[in-house]
Amino acid sequence: MHSKMIELTVIDRQGQEKALQLVEAEEANLMETLKNHDYEMRATCGGLALCADCHCLILKGQDQLAEPQDEELMTLETRPDAQDNSRLACQLKVSSDLHGVLLQLTNYAN
Amino acid sequence: MITTDICIIGAGPVGLFAVFEAGLLKMRCHLVDALPQVGGQLSEIYPQKPIYDIPGFPSIQAQQLVDNLMEQIAPFKPGFTLGERVDTVSRLDNGGFVVQTHDDTRIECKVLVIAGGLGCFEPRKPVINGLEQFEGKGISYFVKNPETFRNRKLVLSGGGDSALDWAIFLAPIASELTLVHRGETFRGAPDSAEKVVEMAHQGQLRLLLESQITEVAGNGHLQSLTVSSKHNGVFNLEADHLIPLFGLTPKLGPIADWGLALDKSAIEVNVDDYSTSTPGIFAIGDINTYTGKLKLILSGFHEAALMAQSAFKYVYPEQKLSFKYTTVNGVNAF
Repeated sequence: MHSKMIELTVIDRQGQEKALQLVEAEEANLMETLKNHDYEMRATCGGLALCADCHCLILKGQDQLAEPQDEELMTLETRPDAQDNSRLACQLKVSSDLHGVLLQLTNYAN
Repeated sequence: MITTDICIIGAGPVGLFAVFEAGLLKMRCHLVDALPQVGGQLSEIYPQKPIYDIPGFPSIQAQQLVDNLMEQIAPFKPGFTLGERVDTVSRLDNGGFVVQTHDDTRIECKVLVIAGGLGCFEPRKPVINGLEQFEGKGISYFVKNPETFRNRKLVLSGGGDSALDWAIFLAPIASELTLVHRGETFRGAPDSAEKVVEMAHQGQLRLLLESQITEVAGNGHLQSLTVSSKHNGVFNLEADHLIPLFGLTPKLGPIADWGLALDKSAIEVNVDDYSTSTPGIFAIGDINTYTGKLKLILSGFHEAALMAQSAFKYVYPEQKLSFKYTTVNGVNAF
């Protein structure tokens, strides 16, 4: 089977911007995938959309992502720095939706 | 001064189980946790979520596991200091330690076990100019005594359940209550959200939606806030008190200052007994790191058992440890 490549750009917690190539994997979430690619990722809740450690801002391509569910939106309320383009990486699938996206990881504390 | 054999910092599942393992070896424990309840992240972040990898439990709700652990350690009568963060650890001449919390509770122990998970849960703070300058002078992150706000101008900030619940509770107490929320709707419990909107319609509180606080000002004590609103521009709001309510997030905190060898935010340990670089101090559970470390409750339980065997020599230096099975000997309470 031919697996699709996804290209996206990630700004890490230190502000470094880097292009990232991922193999499409519907069963994987972006939080775990970024962690596997050595991005600093604490993930207190382990991917349950409950801790907001994987909060990120979608700077490009927000409209192509699947809409957030209630649990994700509720958890985003706990981030004082949340914006209209805030998402939790643990709730994003590693799918072609992410192709061309530019996202920025934010500091845990806020 | 509280005296105990082992002081355990962190009352999450691993800290709680350490009481059991220590108890089997006749060592008494006192637990300290910054949160007001036991259970650590299980109780604080995902109490209702099922956990599937606890041996013998195909599925168990996080809070149920905590309740079971409390039942399991009850025979050993642990002491608890909850809602207090340990700030300092000092070494005594006799080799023991004195642990002191931010509320000045002092605990003397022979062995210190750090089971602090990802650190202390502390309130998330919004990025607002001047915020820290008014902490304790009008700005707080918890409601300790609602009477503090009687007949005062109170502003709450946030859009989650705690912001909604406190708005409903405090509106009749404050002379004026304003809830500032970034979003245009609330995602919290629908009943609470409806009630807040209803109270706003009836003039019992003021609701500022799609708004954010950008600045705080005052003369020694908080007096006013600057609010930036999507529809009403930027304006000032008089306020005696501001409570930002954005939940809690773990921070390593003072642990970083105790002179222990750290790797990033984790304490390096010897895998023989999970001892740290300081004799008499052990680190178990998510707070420690070693080659092959897995952040699992399961691993923390194992670490607690090995720690207890090694801690015994500090508590009972004259005695020889004989390993016993609970199946044979039962759980002999103190």
